[in-house]
Amino acid sequence: MSSVPVVRIRGALVAAMQEDIDDHGALELADRLADAVARHGATTVLLDVSAAQVVDSFISRVIVDIARVCRLLGAQVAVVGIRPAVAITLVELGLTLEGVRTALTIDDAMNALEEGAGGNGWHT
Amino acid sequence: MIAAVLAARGPQVLDAWVTRASRLAGDGAAELERDGTAVLDALRTALSSDGGTPDLAPVTGLLGDFGARRTRSGDAPAQTAGLVLALREALLTELADAGEDADRFEVAREAGRIVDELALGSFGSFLAGREEVISAQGEQLLELSTPVVRVWDRVVAAPLVGTLDSARAQVVMESLLQAISDDGALVAILDITGVPTVDTLVAQHLLKTVAATRLMGADCIVSGIAPQTAQTMVQLGIDLSEVTTRASLADALAMAITRVQAHADRSARR
Repeated sequence: MSSVPVVRIRGALVAAMQEDIDDHGALELADRLADAVARHGATTVLLDVSAAQVVDSFISRVIVDIARVCRLLGAQVAVVGIRPAVAITLVELGLTLEGVRTALTIDDAMNALEEGAGGNGWHT
Repeated sequence: MIAAVLAARGPQVLDAWVTRASRLAGDGAAELERDGTAVLDALRTALSSDGGTPDLAPVTGLLGDFGARRTRSGDAPAQTAGLVLALREALLTELADAGEDADRFEVAREAGRIVDELALGSFGSFLAGREEVISAQGEQLLELSTPVVRVWDRVVAAPLVGTLDSARAQVVMESLLQAISDDGALVAILDITGVPTVDTLVAQHLLKTVAATRLMGADCIVSGIAPQTAQTMVQLGIDLSEVTTRASLADALAMAITRVQAHADRSARR
């Protein structure tokens, strides 16, 4: 399978998970994101999961791990576009992505970014 | 034996039944006669088929329809059952004059058994009809009681009315999240003014809904907690400190508008 493209927009890195991402693909994405953050000195990582119909406990743990790793490297992570069904599943599994910021669209996420950390519209 | 009597003296049985039944029902002898004819015909067919126990299902079905119709026109279930049971008297009167003396007890017992079975069957189909109506109404209630409205640009609100059980909480969560996704809402307001009691279970549902809206990237404000409810929640040790709460829907809306406005200002500046 092809790997997830990581796009650089100004100071932000944007990665969109495909519909059929598997455990291996998620781990590989985590590695590449960490590398890219370190290489480009990115301050923000946006992870678009709107294509994902199913986010299981493993993938959601990888997402939380990506957020922690990126924070260590000086970047904040926002998960963008979680679908209603996925949100319900995650909550039922008790996975509330503690410490990860969320936004409905990439646009909203970029918008909230302008305010920097702690601005309105962000969830930590 | 019973089949033979029904074949030979069907009109007399019908007449006796309708006479008794119309005394009970008090009206519609013509309708009773039409229904009675259909039932007796079906019963004769069922009894005259050869071998084994007669299949009474078609007769029961007829009586079930009959019962459902009577109930819709305002009869008590007991009255409808009385109408069916009146067949026993009518049947026994005719059977008394037929056949050998020695056989009569057996025949009467058989007739009684058949009529009982019919009464039970019709009562069963009557109840099944009731259950259907009740479950349909339950579903309607579920849909009616959980509207999600768009109250401002990028603000949606769900005014909850009535007790919040697991099934309803699930529907509320689904429709609220769908509305957030459809309207691109930044703020979702969960108004619980109409929820009479908030116990630990309801609070659990609220927290789940708030967590899910947060995952979608929207803020969730819980509004309309009555003073009494707030006191009960504190006494129960329910912790909503993670949740933004406001006393009234108006306060929550004001807060939401401020937030949306700030977001729009940032967009404009960019």
